[in-house]
Amino acid sequence: MSTSASTPVTPSPAEEEIVLPEVTVVDRKAAVMFGVLTVGLALLLILAPQEGDTSFRLKAPNDFIELPTITVPSTPTAWVLTLACALCTAAAIVLYTQKRKTPIWLVIVFALAWMTGFLTWAAAGGTVPVVGLLGGSLAVAVPLVFGALGGVLGERAGVVNIAIDGQLLFGAFAAAMIGSLAGTWAGLGASMVAGLLVASVLGLFAIRYFVDQVIVGVVLNVLVIGLTSFMFSQVLAPNAASLNSPPRFRAVPIPVLGEIPLIGPIFFRQTVIVYILYITVALVTWTLYRTKWGLRVRAVGEHPKAADTVGIKVNRTRFRTILLAGAIAGMGGAFYTLVSVPQFNREMTGGAGYIALAAVIFGKWDPIRATLAALLFGFASNLQGVLSVIGSPVPSQFMLMLPYVVTIFAVAGLVGRSRAPAADGIPYRAGGQ
Amino acid sequence: MKLELRDITKRFGSLVANDRISLTVEPGEIHCLLGENGAGKSTLMNVLYGLYRADEGEILLDDEVQHFTGPGDAIAAGIGMVHQHFMLLPVFTVAENVMLGDEATGFAGSLDLDAAGKRVAEISKQFGFHVNPSSVIEDLPVGVQQRVEIIKALSRDAEVLVFDEPTAVLTPQETDELMGTMRQLKEAGKAIVFITHKLREVREVADKITVIRLGKVVGEASPTASNQELAAMMVGRPVELTVHKDPPQLGEDALVVDNLRVIDALGHVHVDNLSFTIKRGEVLAVAGVQGNGQTELTEALLGLQDHVTGSIKLDGKELVGRSVRKILDAGVGFVPEDRQEDGLVGNMTIAENLMLNRSFDEPFVRNGSLQLDKLDEFATQKLKEYDVRAPGITTNAGNLSGGNQQKVVVARELSRDLRLLVAAQPTRGVDVGSIEFIHTQIVATRDSGVPVLVVSTELDEVVALADRIMVLYRGRIVGIVPPDTPREVLGLMMTGERPEGAVA
Amino acid sequence: MTYPTNEPGPNPTTPAPTEPEPEKPVAPDDDRWRKALREIASGNAAVAFFSVLLAVAVGSLLIMFTDDDVRDTFSYVFAQPGDFFSASWNAVWGAYTALFRGSIYNTRVDDFQTAIRPLTETLKFAAPLIVAGLGVGLAFRAALFNIGGRGQMLMAGAAAGWVGYQFEMPWPIHVTLAILVGMAAGALWGGLVGLLKARTGAHEVIVTIMLNYVAFYLVFYALSEQNLLQAPGSGNPKSLPMKDSAVLPKLLGDRYNLHLGFLLALIAVALVWWILNRSSLGFRIRAVGENPAAARSAGIDVGRTYIVVMLISGGLVGLAGVNQVLGTVTSGIAVDLDAGIGFDAITVALLGRSRPLGILAAGLLFGAFKAGGFAMQASENIPVDIVLVVQSLIVLFIAAPPLIRAIFRLPTREAQ
Repeated sequence: MSTSASTPVTPSPAEEEIVLPEVTVVDRKAAVMFGVLTVGLALLLILAPQEGDTSFRLKAPNDFIELPTITVPSTPTAWVLTLACALCTAAAIVLYTQKRKTPIWLVIVFALAWMTGFLTWAAAGGTVPVVGLLGGSLAVAVPLVFGALGGVLGERAGVVNIAIDGQLLFGAFAAAMIGSLAGTWAGLGASMVAGLLVASVLGLFAIRYFVDQVIVGVVLNVLVIGLTSFMFSQVLAPNAASLNSPPRFRAVPIPVLGEIPLIGPIFFRQTVIVYILYITVALVTWTLYRTKWGLRVRAVGEHPKAADTVGIKVNRTRFRTILLAGAIAGMGGAFYTLVSVPQFNREMTGGAGYIALAAVIFGKWDPIRATLAALLFGFASNLQGVLSVIGSPVPSQFMLMLPYVVTIFAVAGLVGRSRAPAADGIPYRAGGQ
Repeated sequence: MKLELRDITKRFGSLVANDRISLTVEPGEIHCLLGENGAGKSTLMNVLYGLYRADEGEILLDDEVQHFTGPGDAIAAGIGMVHQHFMLLPVFTVAENVMLGDEATGFAGSLDLDAAGKRVAEISKQFGFHVNPSSVIEDLPVGVQQRVEIIKALSRDAEVLVFDEPTAVLTPQETDELMGTMRQLKEAGKAIVFITHKLREVREVADKITVIRLGKVVGEASPTASNQELAAMMVGRPVELTVHKDPPQLGEDALVVDNLRVIDALGHVHVDNLSFTIKRGEVLAVAGVQGNGQTELTEALLGLQDHVTGSIKLDGKELVGRSVRKILDAGVGFVPEDRQEDGLVGNMTIAENLMLNRSFDEPFVRNGSLQLDKLDEFATQKLKEYDVRAPGITTNAGNLSGGNQQKVVVARELSRDLRLLVAAQPTRGVDVGSIEFIHTQIVATRDSGVPVLVVSTELDEVVALADRIMVLYRGRIVGIVPPDTPREVLGLMMTGERPEGAVA
Repeated sequence: MTYPTNEPGPNPTTPAPTEPEPEKPVAPDDDRWRKALREIASGNAAVAFFSVLLAVAVGSLLIMFTDDDVRDTFSYVFAQPGDFFSASWNAVWGAYTALFRGSIYNTRVDDFQTAIRPLTETLKFAAPLIVAGLGVGLAFRAALFNIGGRGQMLMAGAAAGWVGYQFEMPWPIHVTLAILVGMAAGALWGGLVGLLKARTGAHEVIVTIMLNYVAFYLVFYALSEQNLLQAPGSGNPKSLPMKDSAVLPKLLGDRYNLHLGFLLALIAVALVWWILNRSSLGFRIRAVGENPAAARSAGIDVGRTYIVVMLISGGLVGLAGVNQVLGTVTSGIAVDLDAGIGFDAITVALLGRSRPLGILAAGLLFGAFKAGGFAMQASENIPVDIVLVVQSLIVLFIAAPPLIRAIFRLPTREAQ
């Protein structure tokens, strides 16, 4: 091309404003994932065909309005649902070729069709207790949700909280011990204090002394395992009757709400901890997005220097936030000893804190989404229990593996490069010495 | 409000960043703080703003001694700062950014965004800004973002306003507008501190000029002083403001870029329909305001961008679609715009940094094993040749000053057999001595017959080095013009206006 | 640069910068590993010593306050403080002498060959900690956090064990093959993480944690199936024992349990040292770990480096699993074959500052804790979990030198 220009050149108004086009870059991950899962389901149906009918029981005991039990022929229904999955996959592929994004409703439709199809196949010749499955999932998810909320809060303030597991475990320990001595509510309070204590150590090292947050988190988890196991063997086990037999929270149905068919038994015939959970989710969401405090928390997590220059004490804000986050996560620990099993055991959280951490990332650092992700994990683990009762053809180990595989798929496929708070995990060193 | 700094001293370890600096700024006055990169201007302002604690000296506002423990105190005392790197949260709205730290709240600490929006509108009206309180910062052009910074300071009733290198990211036109705003603020009785190293701007708006060098006040100057005088004070010796170079000895076309388009992962087009050629022995300088596709262009040339269409041919060989390593092997040298981020590994030694892009083959690697003797010899020689001031080749690159770091990068790139040199912001944040050295090296490279692409947001640098100037605006070529094109024309081109006769 | 960092101490080679450069943005290091590892690296010997001291002190307090005698005497501490202090002293002294007897030299037997046996136990326990620590440490150097030690050990152990009991081969070939197959399995399990990270950006912390569980259930499943790994006719999730030709030979005769695994660990230390400090691969690993953006601009394929690092890391951690199955517990593959080593390896790597020789030292220390911990539990009835507490405290303290300096009033580096 020619490059010479007459000099001097004189400016003239631009003939046209330069406006660059936007090009939509679409991901083919959704389509690929749909395809793999659909083929997987089809293979199950072909390689391990099941006989008989599948029933879905929708009512719970003592229902005011009783819903009928739906019974369908297993194999044909499963195939119909597989076809539905295939249609969703086709839709995703078409959208991809048209360079359009996969809408969220398509993902939901696919997930429902796939799950129902899988259940229809797996529970052939048996009955799926829908209320038990979903209500149980909610209960199982309680520590995960509390843990995830703690994780979200910490990371929004810029502190990666790997120590969720330690907070849950220490919370469970404290709840068992104090609960045995002074009752359920004292136990619940103690679990919050325990979570807060772990968080304060995290804060001391990660914020005050700039030790890497992930390292502190991992080491704290080991420390709490060691500490609680040691105390368990030395103190709790020898005095089990007085120190390790806490009372339990019982399910408390909520009047009216608890009577709504299907919804009521799932959501409103739970223990007090579950109701506290609802309130906590709402409160955390509201404060994070709608209050002065939340604005500041998000600011120190996104751009601490900017927050500092408008007079916000970055590290103090971070410290307070993770203390709160620790208290919330600690409450999740109380679930183990005050609801689930009324006694403490070594390493009884089984690494649930790490699953909660996955929920944080899966939920893109948003309290509502993280809660949903935690519920999903709860569903996956409860499903295993329910299916083993029905007598499913899938080996229990594979069902137990499911939440972890789902998480890997999730972080690799759906949220691989999602946007974390910009300063997440980065210690802040103020200017002055 | 009158601002007075008395004998401010700030040390970092053995280094004295500010040495008994005194300064008085009266209300209704624009006071320029002039000094080259690293002179200690920003340290001083960080002391003033409460980010650093001074080791000695005091800050007075209206003759009262202040004790700032943090920016909060400085803000409360009436100091506002427009930061060089905007202190704005990209994912927050204008209103949220303005209210942050000084939030209007309603029930139970809930945010009153309406009140903040009203405040933004009020101040915008007063100074003739057009800013929508509910826009998200990252969607706004930098010029508007800077106005948000100003609004933020004014919304806290700042009486002393500090502008820290505010023009670095602006077009000449936006710079003019900013100067207007500063005059308006001055008339409103604010005391203004204007930190810069650009002589032209100083002479345009300053009422008083204080020059600092190596952390000390070296004198005051009047706005009528010449560029040469100011530059000499700033650097401490007479400075060549121009680069000596002979007319280019042009060879055949070496780099041919055709219809280049660069898209990011989110679908934004950063470079569109770009076609240009560089001949052997020629410097093509790319002018434009930061963020108009220069970064993406240089990265595309190096194979660092993922979604590139069109063609980049170097000596007839296609580069698009090749890996970075293959492109480096094809003889492309690259001085990245952010040396700390992309150019150096701060925690590795100078020697290791000098072999960073040669970690696969001879001379530094044989059979997968490092040839440390050869590397030491090479590094020792380059240290001398490029005048890198460092205790030795085992010093970590991160511990060097900006100028010396940049010399390490330039030494690494120029010590290979090059067929193309791409230098992005080669002298950003570098002292004057190093600038002269690096410019000389770039011209020498061009004289040895290598085509050179220089990207700079400093118009002076573009004009000094270019054989031809290509102006980019929003990822497209506005025109390719000769280096003697008047500044005003270049300035207009940087805002997207296409002059007659210029070829796009 | 002039933005001060509250670092524990400047690098001794730090020159006084020739000029200040305040224009540098204050943005903290975006690569937190870099910072973290530097923090750990800058701790000096005194800090390390006092960290161990403080951790042991905290451990002593725990032992004291959970000791029955101490608690009994505490009830009348004001009446007879002597009882309280002597009970405390007995508890703590008893614990630590037991630890010493269990890990270094048993002073209670006369025969030197028996007395020195605890030291060989320490070396035996140290071997897997060292190799797994090397794996985790190598990943650290590339700024990758491999928490997947458990999964990699399980997969490697299962694979090596399968070769070990399934085939009939002469001795050196059989054991070599088993080792190699096991390491390959660990490498693949680790490499999968690198692949996912490189291709999709999935965070390795999450993926490795998840793969731990997946590996656990996979191995558990295989051990529960007759036609897979389960010993024929058995109802337990356990495989057949290793054939003699696949067992790592004892180094000091049958009197001691120390086996070839320790020698392999020493070889691994040398090899990793060479990779990191003398090879071009190690150069690239360090460059990617310190500054991936600059490495990429310099033509280094960051994704591929991640994959290679995770392959090697998984292979090394896998060797720890092999060490367990073919050397320490040869009675067959079990789901608990990792024995917590996968997690301990993280603390070993941190304490050893991700440097091969440091990891060797840290591995030996933690090996001694392990050997002694069991002796302490047996003779003094103190739960072995105390070792976990002390170990994690050491790592925490050593990572925060300013805290240690403040507690022990050590001079700060600047004042020296």
